[in-house]
Amino acid sequence: MPSVKIPRKSTFTDMTPFVDVAFLILSFFMLATKFKPPAPIEITTPKSVSSEKLKEQDAVLIEFDSTGKVYFTMNTKTQQESDKQLKRDLITEVNKNRNLGLTEREIQSFTNYSTVGSPFSELKTLLDLPQDQRKTVKQKGIPVDSANNELTTWIGAAKVAFQGRQMFYMLKGDNKAKYPSFKGVIDAMKANEEFKYKLITDPKTVPYGTDLYTKRESGKADEE
Amino acid sequence: MADIDVSGGDSGHKKGPGVKKAKKLSTRVDMTPMVDLGFLLITFFIFTTTMSTPSTMKLFMPKDEKDQKDLTEVKQSGALTILLGKDNGIYYYEGQLESDGSNFKSSTYKEIRDEIIKKKKEVIAAHYHSPACDKLQKDAQDKGDPDWKDACKDKDFVVIIKPNKEATYKNTVDILDEMTINQVKRFALVDITQDENSLVKATEQSNGVQ
Repeated sequence: MPSVKIPRKSTFTDMTPFVDVAFLILSFFMLATKFKPPAPIEITTPKSVSSEKLKEQDAVLIEFDSTGKVYFTMNTKTQQESDKQLKRDLITEVNKNRNLGLTEREIQSFTNYSTVGSPFSELKTLLDLPQDQRKTVKQKGIPVDSANNELTTWIGAAKVAFQGRQMFYMLKGDNKAKYPSFKGVIDAMKANEEFKYKLITDPKTVPYGTDLYTKRESGKADEE
Repeated sequence: MADIDVSGGDSGHKKGPGVKKAKKLSTRVDMTPMVDLGFLLITFFIFTTTMSTPSTMKLFMPKDEKDQKDLTEVKQSGALTILLGKDNGIYYYEGQLESDGSNFKSSTYKEIRDEIIKKKKEVIAAHYHSPACDKLQKDAQDKGDPDWKDACKDKDFVVIIKPNKEATYKNTVDILDEMTINQVKRFALVDITQDENSLVKATEQSNGVQ
């Protein structure tokens, strides 16, 4: 009686294409990735249809988080000595205007890491901390209410420090932040005669059929 | 590791006894650990990556005019005032607010676009040519705008945005974005008045917004 032989098939799967794809994806992510900068403040920005990309350049960055705390950061194009001098100019100006009596060490601390979110009364204590602690310590936020808008002093000092250089004001706010903190920031700008700002947002697509959609479709550039 | 040996060990007996077969070494490399490692790295990079680079939205604010006569005047027929309240509440009225609040209406962030478009069309339809238009048209023509003849048509259309204390930053940006989406050329971010604020509060209360 002839026995029916079932051909035994090898269970070996050729993994080469699989590996190919895996490493292709891997190399894509490795090249496309940009590590998240250490953010001391958690901010989820709102979305807008704006297509202009954010540029890292000489800028004053003002952030406000969901509880309305305002933080001030000075960004310079490079980390070179000449740019550090700008930060030094800024903190010296603030020091002079508000009679804070900062020591050389505290000024140095600001030049190395320029994000600040404390009222002037607590600035000295804040700058006394080592840098890694400064990034994690809980700060009260710069007061921006109409009675005591300390951000005005900061922006005024930044204007002095950046004199003769092109600079931008960038505003980064959290979705949940209330309007008064935004208004406080704007008021501080207005008090310094600064009227142009850039709001940092996440991109979103233009809704179909709207005027802007038709305009972009027709290939016209966005108005400046 | 990734395969199971099913060869059974009877291969090569066809050559007959006495024929010495050369032992063939498999050239196959077990790739499983490599795949493991590959995917581990992929997962790592996916989680650490930030894909969308943020964009920036330009905002120009006007100077605070101290002098009453320097204030920009707005034609009542072309004005649309949008009020932003608590819990994504959005309210609007056209022209001037009636003292009894009869033209005060509620809306949502989805529906407000239709209102803006409707109002814009209304203003454009009511447009008549005036000497002030010539300059606007010429400016647009100089800029190389092919539709320069229309440049003046919506000149009376002004949207006034008034967020109250409870409105969020997101609401404000959303409505500013709506201005870009609908190509509203004239809009202003203004403080809410006492009357308007109480009207918003009253509406919120009757709608049960906590």
